[in-house]
Formats: sequence, structure tokens, C-alpha cells
Amino acid sequence: MKWLDKTREVMAPDRVWPFLAPEVPPDLDVSKNVILYVEGLTVAFDGFKAINNLNLYVDDGELRCLIGANGAGKTTLMDIITGKTQCDSGTVYFGQTINLLQRSEPEIAQLGIGRKFQKPTVFEAQTVFANLELSIKASKGIWYTLHASLSAEQREKIAYVLQLIGLAEQQNMLAGALSHGQKQWLEIGMLLVADPKLLLIDEPVAGMTAQETERTAELLTSLAGDHTVIVVEHDMEFVRSIARTVTVLHQGSVLAEGTMDEVQNNPDVIEVYLGSDE
Amino acid sequence: MTKFNLFAWWANSRATANASMVFVVVLFGVTILASAGNLLFPEGSLLHVSTYTITLLGKYLCFALLALSVDVIWGYCGILSLGHGAFFALGGYGMGMYLMRQIGDRGVYGNPLLPDFMVFLNWQDLPWFWLGMDNFLFAMAMALLVPGLLAFVFGWFAFRSRVTGVYLSIMTQALTFALMLAFFRNEMGFGGNNGLTDFKDLLGFDLQADSTRVCLFIITATVLAGAYFSSRYIMNSRFGRVLLSIRDGESRTRFLGYRTEYYKVWLFVYSALLAAVAGILYVPQVGIINPGEFQPLKSIEVVVWVAVGGRGTLYGAIVGALLVNYAKTRFTAIFPDGWAFMLGALFVYVTIFLPQGLVGWVSNRLQRAKAKAEVA
Repeated sequence: MKWLDKTREVMAPDRVWPFLAPEVPPDLDVSKNVILYVEGLTVAFDGFKAINNLNLYVDDGELRCLIGANGAGKTTLMDIITGKTQCDSGTVYFGQTINLLQRSEPEIAQLGIGRKFQKPTVFEAQTVFANLELSIKASKGIWYTLHASLSAEQREKIAYVLQLIGLAEQQNMLAGALSHGQKQWLEIGMLLVADPKLLLIDEPVAGMTAQETERTAELLTSLAGDHTVIVVEHDMEFVRSIARTVTVLHQGSVLAEGTMDEVQNNPDVIEVYLGSDE
Repeated sequence: MTKFNLFAWWANSRATANASMVFVVVLFGVTILASAGNLLFPEGSLLHVSTYTITLLGKYLCFALLALSVDVIWGYCGILSLGHGAFFALGGYGMGMYLMRQIGDRGVYGNPLLPDFMVFLNWQDLPWFWLGMDNFLFAMAMALLVPGLLAFVFGWFAFRSRVTGVYLSIMTQALTFALMLAFFRNEMGFGGNNGLTDFKDLLGFDLQADSTRVCLFIITATVLAGAYFSSRYIMNSRFGRVLLSIRDGESRTRFLGYRTEYYKVWLFVYSALLAAVAGILYVPQVGIINPGEFQPLKSIEVVVWVAVGGRGTLYGAIVGALLVNYAKTRFTAIFPDGWAFMLGALFVYVTIFLPQGLVGWVSNRLQRAKAKAEVA
């Protein structure tokens, strides 16, 4: 009578066919106070292991700095987290439940992971305001955008971010006309209006003046707490000014982790940084 | 803060509204004058507009619509299609099949069911895909559905696989070339290299009559205006700004959470439908559709029209299509073999010296003159 039971089960009126059930992404679960789990990650490009058995845990609301020489795998790691690059083995989880490796770039962005690129990439042919409007947290579907308009709340949010990044005066200028540092800020602003849970920021102060660098440091430290921020940076002075926890990457894996002072006194780090040609 | 935004929005929409106003006034002004000139004034009168001119203008407007469809994807989303002639021709074939079925027993062979070329090929039955094409609405639905579906399938595979740039252009070129070879074959059942012609009437109206021609011309102008405004609406919405973002930084747009491939497929289908409508209107006015319309050169010509007029403005494409086609009509009469060279030279000249096309050049001039006037 096994087949009868099976038929009953299949024909049950309340049965939900798996392919008909809407795919509800699980909510972000940070009950263990860790927002990002990277475990056993390995990526090879033509045999060269850009990431080699990397383990990284980032707490919710933390400001984490990633440092390391060129080719240590910092940007590749960001590419994997944001869905741009496929990894060979390992797991990447956002909170307790969301497996990031199964998702595409737009899905990951909609989950609340924002990314700022090494080179500022803003839409130069559009105004500063339009750049922010495009990034705002709203439906990203076709039919919605065909008739979308900004709500008062969203306008306020954009105005607030414009003030925060100091571009309120320039909001109707084309983004292409901004200076390099202003573009960097605009890109950070584009992340902020989207209200992300996790911000990945690749070299935010490259090409900035000392004054701009200082303001960026202030901005990033003020973000931590509400958002989790991961910053990749070469500028040690800058890292020292903002970092609470620093992770040093070397040849695709974590070499050391701790406060700036701990890391700088770590014999492995000294060996790699001072012992070699650098 | 909001005040500033509103002002910018107002100034911006006023600028485009001005251009749209000029476009509509000129388009309908010429249409009405030409139509009146044809119907109200007798032949020989100074104000008479010949039926030949009316048909020629109607043809130009169809080309303008085709150019508009290319500008929508190339100017705003950076997708350079070198195969838009395929969608134009498919729409044209849909209309052609309907017109063929309307001939009935007035053909050379007098067969009430089969078009002449099938009788000539000794076919006994109507192929399945000709069934129902004697119904106007069904035929029009097919003339839109087939190119739309082709664009959807092509776009789906191309954009999902992230094919961009020159590779995509080559693929579109291959698409239209393959269709051309297929339609040249008699076995396809579309009249081989002669195509479909010898049309008699459309919905019972004689295609040779002046009034029908004027009517088709007016319909074409109206459809062009409609397509212009619907495209204008799309480009002014946030959707349009997402398209610009895809054009300038597709991967960045993806990281903002937009599924760029969906946007591109949607726009590609929209553009293909505009091209198909242009083809539908073109066929009854010129009276023939043959595989020559699938030629890669024809599709490239469309790109030249858009480049000459100016990309990414919508009216630029229309201006370009009208000017280049007028020049073509003139020059092919004087020096038929030289046209391809002229066209090539024009493209090179425009690319080097007028990167924003004629429209961009004129508006630059106007702005400079205005700035000078303000200084003085």
C-alpha cells in the first residue's frame, strides 16, 4: 500500500509543489553576532591560488580593515563576496542562513551588501542626484522603474546623504565634472542611500588630499555600528586612524588578525613586510 | 533642497518638451500640407504634391521609425545592433503575406487560394504558416509576434551570457544574414528572391488610389509620433536612467541591484517591435518586400542614419534618417554606383568630426551663440 500513500501525499489538496512555491530568501540572521562567515575559501586562476584556504569572520557592526601587499587576494575576496567571481571550494555565508555563493550580483546587492570599487565608478553622464536616485533602496524591477518617482522620505534620505558626503551644492552637476575625491565620496554616498547591512570599501582614500582623507576616516568610523564596514586600504596611516581590528592577508590566506599594535608587532607580519624586498 | 531639484527637473523637461514640440509641429505640418497638396489641388497646379512624393515621404517616415528603434538601443543602452533590418523585414513579410492573400483570384494564374509564386512552383496546398494570414488582425499580430519573439529569444541568450560590444554586433549581423539566405530559398514559401509583390488592396482600399496613399502616409506620421513619445516617456523615467547606467557601467549597475540582462532584453524586444511596425507600414507603400531587406548593408545603413543625426536624442535619429535618405534619393539618381562610397565617407566623416551627429553640432552652436550673447 506504499504507492497508495504516495499517491495520497501527491494528490493532497494542500500540497505545495516545490517548483511553485515562491522562493523566499531567508532573512538576515545575525543572532550569533557574526554577519559574514568565510570558511575554507580557495580560488585558483590558471593554477595560481589567489585565495588559499581563507577563513574570515566579521562581527555585526564592526569596522574591519583588510591589509596586505598587492596580489594578497584582497580584491578577489571582495569579488567572491559580491558574486562577481566563482570560487573553487569553501563557503561564504551572510548571517546564519544566507549562502552568498548561490546568488548573482544583483541579488547580493539587494540583500544589502554594497560595494565601492578601487577606481571610482560613478555614472559620469548623469547628475549627482540621479546617481543617488538610482542607488536608492527600492524595487529594481522593470515595471516599477518605468513609473517610479521618489517619495518624500526617499528625497529626505538623498538630501541627508548629500549633506553627509558634502555634495549638496553639486547635486545638479554631472558626476563626470566632479573631482577625484568627490567621486569617491559620491560612490560612498551611493552605497549609503541603499542602506546596506554590509559595506565593502576598496581603497577609499586613494588619490585624496590629507584633508579629504581625514574626513573620509571620520565618515567611515561614524558608519560602523549601524552598518558593518570592511575597508581594504594600503595607506597605513589611514588604517591606524580608523581601525579597531585589522586582518592581514598574505598569499591568499590570513596571516594575522588583531589590533593595529598587535599586528605590527606580530613576527610573521614583520617577516613578510620587512624581511622581503618591500 | 527640493526646490533646486524641482527646478532642474522643470528646466530639463522643458528643454526636451521644446524639442518634442518642434518635432511634432514640423512632422504634422508637413504631413497635413503634403496631404492637402495632393488631394485638394489638381495636377498641374503649383501647389500640387505628386503621389510619388507622398509615397516617398511615407517611405522616409518608415525609415525614420526604423532609425528611432536603433537609437533606442544604441544611443541609450549602447547595444549596437547591425541586424535591425531583420525585424523590419519580418514585420514587412507579415504585412506582405496578408496583402498576398488579399489578391485572391486577381493574380496572373487566377488561383483563388494560392499566391502566384506557389502556383508557379507547382504547389498544391497552402503551407501551414500561410493559414489565417488573410485575416488582417491575425496577420498583424503575427507580424509583431514573430519579430518580437525572435528578439526575445536572441536577446535572452545573448544578454544572459553577457555578450556585449563588437561580439554582439557580429551576432546580430549573422542573424540577419542567415535570415536573408533562408528567405532567398524558394522552399521557404516566401516567394524566394522575388519576394512578395503585385499587391492589390488593403482592407478593401485600392493601394494605387491617391486617397489610400495619403491615408497610409498620415498613419505612418501618427505612428512615428506615437513611437517617439512612448520612447521619450521610457527614457525620461527611472528606467531610462538605468539604461544610461548600463551603457556607461554595466557591472556597476549590477552591483546596485539591477538585473541588467532583463532590462536589455526588454528594451531589445521593444526596439524590435518598433522596427517591425516600420516594416508593416513600409510594405503597402512601396508595394514589395523581398529578401534584399535582410541584407546586412541595409542594417548598417540604419546605423549610419542614426550616427549622422546624432545618437541618444530620439529626434536626432529621425532627422538623420530623413536627411540621409533624401540624399540617397538625389545621389542615386545622379551617380548610382557611387552611393555606397558616399555612405562610407559620410560615416567616417561624422564619426571623426561630428561625434554627436548633426543635432549635437547644431545644439552646441546654439549654446555657444547664446553664451556669447550673454557675455556681450
